[in-house]
Amino acid sequence: MIATDLLGIEDLERSDIEQILEAAAHMQEIGDRPVKKVPTLRGRTIVNLFFEPSTRTRTSFEIAGKRLSADVVNFSTSSSSLSKAESILDTARTLDAMQPDAVVVRHRVAGVPKRIADVLDAPVINAGDGAHEHPTQALLDLLTVWQEKGRIDGLTVTIIGDIVHSRVARSNIYGFLKMGAEVRVAGPPTMLPVGVQALGVKAFTSMREALDGADVVMALRIQLERLSGSLFPSIREYAETFGISRRTLRYAKDDAIVMHPGPVNRGVELSHDLADHRPSVILDQVRNGVALRMAVLYLLAGRERVAGRTE
Amino acid sequence: MSRLLIRGGRVLDPASDRDAAGDVLIEDGVIVAVDADIDTRGAEVLDAEGVWIAPGFVDLHTHLREPGQEYKEDIASGGRAAVAGGFTSVACMANTQPVNDDPSVTDFILDRARTDSPARVHPVAAATKGLAGEVMTEMVALVEAGAVAFSDDGKTIMDSGVMRRVLQYSRLVERPVITHAEDRTLVGDGVMNEGPVSTRLGLPGNPAVAETVHVARDIMLAEITGAHLHVAHVSTAGAVELVRAARERGVHVTAEVTPHHLVLTDEATSGYDTNTKMAPPLRSADDVRACRQGVADGTLDAIATDHAPHALHEKEVEFTEAPPGVIGFETALAVVLDLVREGELAPLELIRRLTTDPARILSLTAGTLSVGAPADVVVVDPERRWTYDPSKGYSKSRNSPWNGQELVGRVVASVVGGRMVYHVDRGVLVQ
Amino acid sequence: MPNRTQPPSATARSAPAPAEHPTGEAAPEAPDSSTVLDDLGIRRALMRIAHELVERNDDLSRLYLVAVPNGGVPLARQLAANLREVADAEVTVGILDTTLYRDDLLARGARPRLRRTEMPSVVDERVVVLVDDVANTGRTIRAAMDALMDFGRPRGVQVVALVDRGHRELPIKIDYVGKNIPTQAGDRVELLGDAGDLEGPLRVVLRPEGEGER
Repeated sequence: MIATDLLGIEDLERSDIEQILEAAAHMQEIGDRPVKKVPTLRGRTIVNLFFEPSTRTRTSFEIAGKRLSADVVNFSTSSSSLSKAESILDTARTLDAMQPDAVVVRHRVAGVPKRIADVLDAPVINAGDGAHEHPTQALLDLLTVWQEKGRIDGLTVTIIGDIVHSRVARSNIYGFLKMGAEVRVAGPPTMLPVGVQALGVKAFTSMREALDGADVVMALRIQLERLSGSLFPSIREYAETFGISRRTLRYAKDDAIVMHPGPVNRGVELSHDLADHRPSVILDQVRNGVALRMAVLYLLAGRERVAGRTE
Repeated sequence: MSRLLIRGGRVLDPASDRDAAGDVLIEDGVIVAVDADIDTRGAEVLDAEGVWIAPGFVDLHTHLREPGQEYKEDIASGGRAAVAGGFTSVACMANTQPVNDDPSVTDFILDRARTDSPARVHPVAAATKGLAGEVMTEMVALVEAGAVAFSDDGKTIMDSGVMRRVLQYSRLVERPVITHAEDRTLVGDGVMNEGPVSTRLGLPGNPAVAETVHVARDIMLAEITGAHLHVAHVSTAGAVELVRAARERGVHVTAEVTPHHLVLTDEATSGYDTNTKMAPPLRSADDVRACRQGVADGTLDAIATDHAPHALHEKEVEFTEAPPGVIGFETALAVVLDLVREGELAPLELIRRLTTDPARILSLTAGTLSVGAPADVVVVDPERRWTYDPSKGYSKSRNSPWNGQELVGRVVASVVGGRMVYHVDRGVLVQ
Repeated sequence: MPNRTQPPSATARSAPAPAEHPTGEAAPEAPDSSTVLDDLGIRRALMRIAHELVERNDDLSRLYLVAVPNGGVPLARQLAANLREVADAEVTVGILDTTLYRDDLLARGARPRLRRTEMPSVVDERVVVLVDDVANTGRTIRAAMDALMDFGRPRGVQVVALVDRGHRELPIKIDYVGKNIPTQAGDRVELLGDAGDLEGPLRVVLRPEGEGER
């Protein structure tokens, strides 16, 4: 890869994505071994810098790092100086002085990983920033679809939910488009961002039209706490209008798969029977998350820096 | 008797529509002659060969931060930055700590300005007490103390009833009410222009309609009250159109635009640089085009910097948390010369937007080279190339989107009351 | 020429020796002068090694051929076919990528591509035969042994290399060698296929001056 950071799928070339997916496919086998660990990043330090709690993503990165034998240090709001009046860039500079080999950043505000990458020597991996990007989630989704369907080129992917506030949606839009798929988004008009078409997608408010001929149906998590922001009137109305069930799936292709970045609000985004069973591939997504993040860490962490400050 | 001769330049004086080669002679702080080939004997000579001579610029929208936030700026540093940018008169907004909603604060600012600032300082008082948008300030007493206008700038008076009464009451003092037109309920948590770029960056959007709704409301209120409404930092095509239409039907409304809203679009935020965060936000290319057109046809009377210093640590935070605003005194001229270079505005008209028009809005005796007027004069080299380094500037703060960029056009010298207070080669010439 | 890495007993007892013996045969048939071992030579070498494997292993059911990709894969498959032919033995073939075990990863810029690992059987109590195309510094074999240990506890490990070019940097012994080829440290020795992949006829080429390190 040419880039030294992974800040967003928007920055990647198709060949970069293919390289990451291919490496991830090889990493999958390690999880099936008796000893689920390879010595690749022994002696390297990976910092999980999480300004926003996320047990799932943080754990996934932590397992990925440990399977590559890296030392993984978790730096989170509760256990550090982040809650004090220290600027983001001060935090980054302090961290840089500790010479990590990769820093995984999660923040509720878009752009923070980019600002940190600007001052940090070590590669920065964006683990989700605001409503901007969540590149490793999109890459594991691409890996899942690629392995399920044998291809991504030419598929139709429909993403349903709160597109306005979703970093998962943005990263997946970039990723699937770059890999040659058609991407549609659907949701209530209050959840479709202004100018979303400029990203290269078609926007729908009708589920029948959005799902027509879809190969991949991806539901996004609805932040129930956003209800106060009045993006939609009630959970019941959302579930009835935009929830995925076997009934609505009839509009999609017969072999369509259902995805969700988790955690699922059962009975809201997905009907109860869909959350755990085919055609849902949600557990594959989770499993692929570790292999995918191993691939990203393998490709980025501890690489010799251009400036040669490391050794 | 002190004599200063500014010799050999292109004299641009919008008040007399003069655009011709000539000299300007100043005696005892007053302009005594503007002509070709004035007798130079006994005078200190400032050579302006090949460059422009214009009235000192008038900035009707600045934040000098004193009292209360001297770590960002104070009247001394702000005044020095102003004259280094050619601004010899500046109006400072009321959002100090304490708020300038009381004559004692106005007095303090003016006292401090007299001793500390090389630029003339004109306080804008708060329109409502504590900028709370509820109870109007003592406008009569504030004007007597020296306030030149009223504004809750930085905050918007959301209560339409309060805004109506503020405009009504302002008739008593015949001073403009300056509106910061952003409907807070439409802004929501928006931190940049709502549009394709905010969607791409994943930052909450602040829609153009938040401005136009509010400008429309305030114009309607100005219309029924007959008051002078001044719209601060117009940023949208819609607001330009609203002001233009209101002006045509005789509403007493004036408007200003900032240098950054004339050249930068929301694309500037692509790197999440908090020095591209302003209120109102940088808008789309269409909005920029409309604002430039508004300056060209006079719908937007004045160019005002909205000089808003913030400390480094305040800007080195999440984009959503960073305070909006940028410093602007020292870069304004170079930035707005773009309109001249692009052929959208004649030099004389650009100078008019920086001098005569803002002076008229605030009823200041400034912005003119008329014989007998106070000798506030700038010498400008519109071709001079330089690289802007805010750490070498006069403001205490460095929050500029032009940090490190090469700019074209620079103030060579500023004269306030007949005294040279800045020269590009010698710096600010007062202590 | 000294043949240090080959077990003396094996040489004595192994069947048709001439094929792998130097210069003579390979050169005239070579597609270009850099070929040091042609397809026929390779097949003869692998048949001889199959015989040696039979000689040295009493219980062929314990054998587990583990190829180091990419070059080791066609060689291990051919060895398995040869064992079927000479001893009627069905020997498991696995593939073990050593990239993640390399000791030079941290010194490099871009990361090398990973290759596939397929280990269809457990390695516990098996006699694992690592199959590589070119033995050189010994670092790849070292990495392969480390990787192997992560899959279990083999009863023994033996090593096959089609070509041994010398320059060992670690105390690694190659048990079965197809051909010893003296080289300079900077030379490149590679197993290539005529069709561009490793599916059809193979040959080993030596190119002086290149970057031969694997």
